[in-house]
Amino acid sequence: MSISIIKAGIFDTIQDAGRYGYRSAGINPGGVMDHFSAGIVNALTVNNINAPVIECHFPASSVLIEQDMMLAIGGADFSPSLNGVPIPLWKPVIAAAGSVLEHKRIRNGARTYIAFREKTDVRVWLNSCSTNTKLSAGGWQGRLLQKNDRIQMLEKHSYPLLHNGTAQVVLPWQAAIHWQEENEEAVGILPGPEYEWLDKESKKTLEERSFTISHTADRMGYQLLEELPYRHTNEMLSSATAFGTVQLLPGGKMIVLMADHQVSGGYPRIAQVITAHLPLLAQKKPGEPIRFRIISQQEAEEQLLTQRRHIVLLQHACRYKLEAALSLIGRDAYNRH
Amino acid sequence: MPSFFPYRFCPLGDSAVVAVFGDTIEDALNRHVIALCKKMQDLSPAFVTDLLPAYSSLTVFYDIHVVQQIKPGYISGYDYVCHYLENIFKQGVDTAVTEEETVVRIPVCYEDEFAPDMQELAKIKQLSTNEIVQLHSAKKYRVYMIGFLPGFAYMGKVEEAIAVPRKKLPQPVRAGSVGIAGEQTGIYPLSSPGGWHIIGRTPVKLFNTTGNDPVLLKAGNIVQFYPISRYEYKHY
Repeated sequence: MSISIIKAGIFDTIQDAGRYGYRSAGINPGGVMDHFSAGIVNALTVNNINAPVIECHFPASSVLIEQDMMLAIGGADFSPSLNGVPIPLWKPVIAAAGSVLEHKRIRNGARTYIAFREKTDVRVWLNSCSTNTKLSAGGWQGRLLQKNDRIQMLEKHSYPLLHNGTAQVVLPWQAAIHWQEENEEAVGILPGPEYEWLDKESKKTLEERSFTISHTADRMGYQLLEELPYRHTNEMLSSATAFGTVQLLPGGKMIVLMADHQVSGGYPRIAQVITAHLPLLAQKKPGEPIRFRIISQQEAEEQLLTQRRHIVLLQHACRYKLEAALSLIGRDAYNRH
Repeated sequence: MPSFFPYRFCPLGDSAVVAVFGDTIEDALNRHVIALCKKMQDLSPAFVTDLLPAYSSLTVFYDIHVVQQIKPGYISGYDYVCHYLENIFKQGVDTAVTEEETVVRIPVCYEDEFAPDMQELAKIKQLSTNEIVQLHSAKKYRVYMIGFLPGFAYMGKVEEAIAVPRKKLPQPVRAGSVGIAGEQTGIYPLSSPGGWHIIGRTPVKLFNTTGNDPVLLKAGNIVQFYPISRYEYKHY
């Protein structure tokens, strides 16, 4: 019982919420770039919200589903289809054995997430299933998914809904993906430990202008093309960095560190992207503009708590919906008997 | 005797706080940071997700959802964590030689095959290669912190006579390479681009993904290098 990769994507890996507790050994947490989308597809497939998912970049892998399975896709819209029939994002889908999942073209976003109710059997390394491609450890053989990879599943479920011979069934509930009243445009930041190094003009520039993500942007970091006027010559002793740390390089350019960042660095940390907005950033593509807005510590915390509450509520709702649907089907089948 | 250092807190976003104890490379300061880190590991409060001791700072990563459940409503999660740390820090910490300070002896082959930058360093510093080997292996070094790469130990301080600035352009460096940058010395656990002057290589594995303890060196360890021949390297 498994899934097979029949066409490799450009950079598809197994990731979970990350590997914590090993920074002091120089090992970064890694994990999904967009924890919000990953949390939601996990909720839709009644998994733990931190469970491993497949993180895909475009072009993404084509996957042969070898057993009846329930899956959900969310994050970037890569026009997913099952057996050539388009399927929606943010909804649980039941696919019959033999189905092929493909991603035809990129509509928006940078990373899409696939979760299976049946759960992939992947390697845990230092308490996490996240793939660290640099260290060839964790996840699926410590590397990108390749053609002919066959990943075993941990669970098997039967789906009576498929018994009329259909290849796929889209279940009639959908995750709400707006966790805030208004959709945020600017990326929220908090002043970093070295924010005060900046002169007045640079502080103003940081908040007022729009910055372009360079073409080298990847899971390690996004370099921004436009510069801040401030030039630093001061050396700084290496200190901790994190996912979302905005470092200022000597030439005035900024780098936003992403999931696969190094655990420490010697460049001034002028700002830190709030955790709740890391998913916003994770769905930006090279060449896209971003704006920053400084918010308060309190607001950053509240946003993160609100976001998490949204996912947890969704998780409960999805579990209830699925149980109700499956028991109804069971009763239905019994009545017909 | 418990040790105390003045410090300040700054947030690193909404999920971490950096306690800064200074901005210099000093053994006493670093020992204090590492002892506090150890104390936090022992206490392991439920909200702490990770710790990063550096030269002169300790960063505490926390889970805001756990903090939310235990903190009073009137303060922010960040303030709660700062108050918690303040209470720990004001008790001071015993920095008497800890188990971390046991000496780790590491063999290094300093021969040309493994030391692409030895000749250049000899030229810059007006020393013979023998003198460089002598100076580099005579002294015991403190591991101030692990960073950059998994298991990469920042050690120091090397004798002024062999201290040399970073190279202008990073070059490919092989795993196990031993280098010098400024007054620091370090070992590359993995092959990587790097700007340090490489003067030798160790056959010892500094990093492995098989066990639960992935790295050989930890912050606070004391390292002493000893020269080995090419033959010993190959048969290590």
